[in-house]
Amino acid sequence: MTTAARAEDICASPPPQLVTMSGAINRALRDAMTADPDVVVFGEDVGTLGGVFRVTDGISRDFGQDRCFDTPLAEAGIVGFAVGMAMAGFRPVIEMQFDAFAYPAFEQIASHVAKMRNRTAGRINLPIVIRIPFAGGIGGVEHHCDSSEAYYAHTPGLKVVTPATVEDSYSLLREAINDPDPVVFMEPKRLYWSKGSIESVLAATKFASFGRAAVRREGTDVTLVAYGPSVEVALQAALAAEESGWSVEVVDLRTLVPLDDETMVASVRKTGRCVVVQEAQGFAGVGAEIAARVQERAFHSLHAPVLRVAGLDIPYPPPKLEHLHLPDVERVLDAIARLQWDDDTDTRFLPSDSKGGAT
Amino acid sequence: MPTPLEAASLTTDTSTALAQTASTDRSFARGLMPASMPVQFLDDLGHRVQVFNDDYPEPSSQQLVAAYRAMVIGRRFDIQATALAKQGRLAVYPPSRGQEACQIGSMLALSPDDWAFPTYRDSMALVTRGLDPVEILAVPHGTAHCGYDPRASRTAPQCTPLATQLVHAVGFASGEKRKGRPTVAMAFVGDGGTSEGDFHEALNFAAVFKAPVVFLVQNNKYAISVPISRQSVAPSLGYKGIGYGIASEQVDGNDAMAVLAVLNKAVAHARSGQGPVLVEAHTYRLDAHTNADDATRYRDSAEVEDWLRRDPIPRLEAWLRHKGLIDDAFVALVAHQGEAFAADVRERMAINLAVDPMSLFDNVFATPTPQLLEQRAMLEAELEAEEASR
Ligand SMILES: Cc1ncc(C[n+]2csc(CCOP(=O)(O)OP(=O)(O)O)c2C)c(N)n1
Ligand SMILES: [Mg+2]
Repeated sequence: MTTAARAEDICASPPPQLVTMSGAINRALRDAMTADPDVVVFGEDVGTLGGVFRVTDGISRDFGQDRCFDTPLAEAGIVGFAVGMAMAGFRPVIEMQFDAFAYPAFEQIASHVAKMRNRTAGRINLPIVIRIPFAGGIGGVEHHCDSSEAYYAHTPGLKVVTPATVEDSYSLLREAINDPDPVVFMEPKRLYWSKGSIESVLAATKFASFGRAAVRREGTDVTLVAYGPSVEVALQAALAAEESGWSVEVVDLRTLVPLDDETMVASVRKTGRCVVVQEAQGFAGVGAEIAARVQERAFHSLHAPVLRVAGLDIPYPPPKLEHLHLPDVERVLDAIARLQWDDDTDTRFLPSDSKGGAT
Repeated sequence: MPTPLEAASLTTDTSTALAQTASTDRSFARGLMPASMPVQFLDDLGHRVQVFNDDYPEPSSQQLVAAYRAMVIGRRFDIQATALAKQGRLAVYPPSRGQEACQIGSMLALSPDDWAFPTYRDSMALVTRGLDPVEILAVPHGTAHCGYDPRASRTAPQCTPLATQLVHAVGFASGEKRKGRPTVAMAFVGDGGTSEGDFHEALNFAAVFKAPVVFLVQNNKYAISVPISRQSVAPSLGYKGIGYGIASEQVDGNDAMAVLAVLNKAVAHARSGQGPVLVEAHTYRLDAHTNADDATRYRDSAEVEDWLRRDPIPRLEAWLRHKGLIDDAFVALVAHQGEAFAADVRERMAINLAVDPMSLFDNVFATPTPQLLEQRAMLEAELEAEEASR
């Protein structure tokens, strides 16, 4: 084939087909089920209805009730049942309908799912994927918008994954289903309707590997580290920061456990400044872990302390107030502005009597 | 003519006056066993029948008339809230149209000092209790997590995490008993919620502590899309009480007379210190789960049509007319009261009340942590800067 013919081919090929994130996850489930007869999908309303977000749309019809089915309404039951199914040789992919409705299953997750391999000296592993639509930004009422990733990330034995792009939602889910260990797969529900192409990952033979962050945007002055729903916020902030003359790099962690120290630290070594962006309430959150690790590993490259932009330390507020809770571009820009660009000391945390001129 | 709010409180007043008179504290004739068919007083056409109802005194005429009025107003409220959700004035609304007999019966069986532990779907019941409908709608309106004062209204916040509030009801009722107060707790749950572990723990705790709780299971046949057949293969959800040692019953949940008769007795039984009661009410969710749900994906319209024939309102109306307890004029008056009630809700929901941004930091703790105060100051500065740049 000549080079000319090839170029023609490319020009003639139709633009990549766009799918939504919920569509991409649906496709990943189908492809995994086709590839492995032991993959089963179950949970609340995932059968006939196709899930409240339509993520499992048509799967029960196309693969049969044996492969994709509704359970009685009990999250502890769903997870415990999955543990047993996995012990019998299946690879359950289960859905918790919303973030806060996974809490009844917490004992099963923390005491059994996370620990089975360890307790049995490696004799029993649990290849379970727990899919959880999480976080807010959709005007949802209480219990429908929690950012619960830190509970899982804090539990040894659980891998925790948060896709931020349509392509990753497909690729990371395929990888999660293939993983020999339990994976909590956290789907940012406000991104379900976002669109992207999955054609290149469909053609690929390997899926996105865990523990590999992605640099979503290159920059030289400051690194924004984000994951899940906050990646989009970080990218928007990076764009806005350009106007103020800051060149911002954005690192999307993709998997919180395992965490890619290397990529984020390499980025911070290059830029010398770092802001962590997370939607979850900040206190004792994943962002704290990231900030600590960055300063442990890149201290001598840092021109300013690592700052965090996070949700407020309050129960997720009612819809009319959620915009004040969620980290936005303005708050990220404020944090970037505080990164000691002019070599003045950041006085924010000094006692008020030692602040020059402050009364 | 009463104003809408008077109409609402009228229904509550009537209920409270009648709760005690119509009931009995005899224990149940069948012991723990529910009837083998749902208890029924009125058939689908409103004819008086005898279906396992011998154990239950017929509710008084006054209580039945009050129930009719409350059902009409309740349904009108529910339809109004559904419309507000469709217009985008509410983020979401879980309707209870079709479940009026349960919604109203549960509240008319209670005394004003009793407590209710409702779910997200029981808004109509709260309207019947006399709560301000606009306060009830604060959650779906997106302005608060609970718009009413639970203590003043003796109504726990409407609960979304399924079945979790049942255990609270049991603890509360036990606490009241220890304090020497004759309070009964009415604990609401759906058919789907009975599959949650908390439902079973609540039943067992209630039985062991002989807590004055009435568990009302509104079996509306669906948990979102999942039919009851996927939830349980027990002959009746009512049977779930027996294993825990709880007196149990099943009732036609679209027969207001039967619901009232059974709940009057259940409340009296609990109040008299004989322990908890579990009642399964067979009813039907005529609308989708919420305005965000598409029920055509999982059930056909013939099924809905079939349940429309068992509508609780015309059924009771037919009986009351037959007995000469209500007439055209009364029916018209109540319909008018329903319209006025809905109009009042519409008008007051049209006003966009500002929600104080600083309230975000209130009531996380009695005293805010230093970190919260810091975040409060940050938001305050942000809002000031925003104001200044206008
Ligand atoms: C613990 C928990 N899991 C899941 C949900 C999501 N959810 C909300 S309503 C509902 C169905 C409940 O059905 P049912 O108990 O029959 O009550 P109904 O809605 O029919 O009144 C589900 C699954 C929830 N609210 N809480
Ligand atoms: Mg139901």
